Amino acid sequence: MRIGLFVTCLTDTLFPDTGKAVVTVLERLGNQVEFPQGQACCGQMHFNTGYRDDALPMARSFVSAFRDYEAIVTPSASCASMVHEYYPALAAEAGDKALAAEVSTLAPRVFELSVLLADVLAVTDVGAYFPHRVTYHPTCHGLRMLKVGDAPYRLLNAVRGLDLVELPDAEACCGFGGTFAVKNSDVSAAICADKVAAIRRTEAEVVCATDNSCLMHIGGALTRQRSGVATMHLAEILAATDGPAQ
Amino acid sequence: MSMPTYLGMPAFPDAARKAVADTQLRRNLTHATHTIRTKRAGAVAELSDWAELRQAAKAIKDHTLANLDTYLLRLEENVTKAGGHVHWARDAAEANEIVAKLVADARADRVVKVKSMATQEIGLNEALAVNGIQATETDLAELIVQLGHDLPSHILVPAIHKNRSEIREIFRREMPDAPPGLTDEPRELAAAARAHLRQEFLHATVGISGANFAIADTGSLVVVESEGNGRMCVTLPETLISVVGIEKVLPSWRDLEVFLALLPRSSTAERMNPYTSIWTGVRDGDGPKTFHLVLVDNGRTASLADQTGRQALRCIRCSACLNVCPVYERTGGHAYGSPYPGPIGAIISPQLRGLSSPVDASLPFASTLCGACYEVCPVAINIPEALVYLRAKVKHSLPERAVFHLSGYVLRGPRRLAAAQRAASASRRIVARRGRIRRLPPPMSGWTDTRDAPAPPPESFRAWWRRTRS
Repeated sequence: MRIGLFVTCLTDTLFPDTGKAVVTVLERLGNQVEFPQGQACCGQMHFNTGYRDDALPMARSFVSAFRDYEAIVTPSASCASMVHEYYPALAAEAGDKALAAEVSTLAPRVFELSVLLADVLAVTDVGAYFPHRVTYHPTCHGLRMLKVGDAPYRLLNAVRGLDLVELPDAEACCGFGGTFAVKNSDVSAAICADKVAAIRRTEAEVVCATDNSCLMHIGGALTRQRSGVATMHLAEILAATDGPAQ
Repeated sequence: MSMPTYLGMPAFPDAARKAVADTQLRRNLTHATHTIRTKRAGAVAELSDWAELRQAAKAIKDHTLANLDTYLLRLEENVTKAGGHVHWARDAAEANEIVAKLVADARADRVVKVKSMATQEIGLNEALAVNGIQATETDLAELIVQLGHDLPSHILVPAIHKNRSEIREIFRREMPDAPPGLTDEPRELAAAARAHLRQEFLHATVGISGANFAIADTGSLVVVESEGNGRMCVTLPETLISVVGIEKVLPSWRDLEVFLALLPRSSTAERMNPYTSIWTGVRDGDGPKTFHLVLVDNGRTASLADQTGRQALRCIRCSACLNVCPVYERTGGHAYGSPYPGPIGAIISPQLRGLSSPVDASLPFASTLCGACYEVCPVAINIPEALVYLRAKVKHSLPERAVFHLSGYVLRGPRRLAAAQRAASASRRIVARRGRIRRLPPPMSGWTDTRDAPAPPPESFRAWWRRTRS
């Protein structure tokens, strides 16, 4: 399948290894991955903070960058849900019928990585080897907006050597919330403290998720505490093998 | 003593900062919210048709709201036919004035009250006090709040922020007839309140209630409760005054069935609430001799005109959204500066009061948008959607607008984004140590006070792709 990679601005700028891992996994499975250079940001941060006028051109540029792809993959459940949930509203609000029409055909082709792998391509064993104790944090937008279901668990369970441990109170928010983490930093930190405590109770070496935004938040607290627990995007675990370094 | 008030409350982040640091509050809230959350999940899981009930409730409310004028007039007609009197109040001041006059007409200087969000919303107790009328709350938790000169912090459990030893202290200090040697055993506390309230019930000539539902077809009012105090208030006094928001009307008894299945399980995690009182006008020799229904708008018509905002009018005040909210769990209700706290309060309060005060302008941001509230809402109010919609209506500060317009300009242009990424990568050795950023200037210091920030990588994904793939 010819797949367009929407890497997201955050992963592009701060976590390029995740993007590389997505390419590695999909190519290993025989797909053709392309990175349209016209892509930038989906506009979620601006939309969610109340800057809809700034988000609208980002939605337009997303559509024009990806309209020709059969499938679009993104390593972010949150950015995928922005396209699914709020692009139609943005287009309607702007009275842009052409954009609304394009969004209605494009959004169903935008998949978060674990959904593309486990549900669309129907592959759970992606040939990964990762001999570590890992716990999985289901991010809120993946869980409740995009509803990725058990796709990440199926993928992780099929990774050779991986010891998947259940995260207590897994479905609780990590307290990130985009600009919430700065606007309400005390509450955000208080929520994060409980998430980090739950992660540490699992004695996992790695906590993984489908969103680098939440992982950046959780990871920021884990390193501040010198916890010795690493954060990794799901894609990076799925890309790992026991073969020669790539 | 002056009454506590929500007026002049600080913005949510400031109030929340204090709440987060209050160890006793945190302990009380964690315990209470987790207990009720778990119980609710169990009560809801018992019904295989929960999702269908929820959709039915949403559809009934939407239909009723779309035809609100019809059903309200029908309600008025049938209440009047049954011997009741209907009053219309545009806003809180009008509603308070009507109630104060009705109480004065009944020659009463004290009233007993059923727990009611509408009367909290309009500040009825304070308005009655100005008119020399003492209102006594008879719901146990509301009584605790009232005796403690405190404010409610939860829609259903207004004293959720107090534990039993704090409650004992309030009773010993403020309840003249508290038994000597009162311990903090819940049974003893309840018995003390019961004995105290019994005198109030027997002497009151006017009762004031809200209503969970009003049935247009028959002009019947419905109050659901757990303690029996509501039953006393709506049956013992000679005059009953019910203050009800106009969105509480339901067309028929068949519609009520759906809500009586949803409400108790969502709020108290009970299959059925212990007391459901339903009355229709007045009748000779049974219950109040006079019944007044005060229908309150207070901003509801304006909300109804708002396509995204109107869904909040479906709310049945169950408080399930408060109990699952990660923010409410850490801050409690007072930080929201309104009788309506939690996720639903963050929508309703700005809708009813506008977005001009610091606290109202901050409420739409008092959420991580995690969506747990929407998931449990029995009438499917998309709270995150309504919150981000309100965020767009808030007047943002000038520096914030500058930051967002500039970042928007960068983030919508791939070339500009690439240039910003190159600049970030070039700065990595200056801003970061060992791959982490430990400290950033305000407002980003809010992040780095408790969390590291990641250092920019040597090259962005985009640059890597260009270098290796194209």
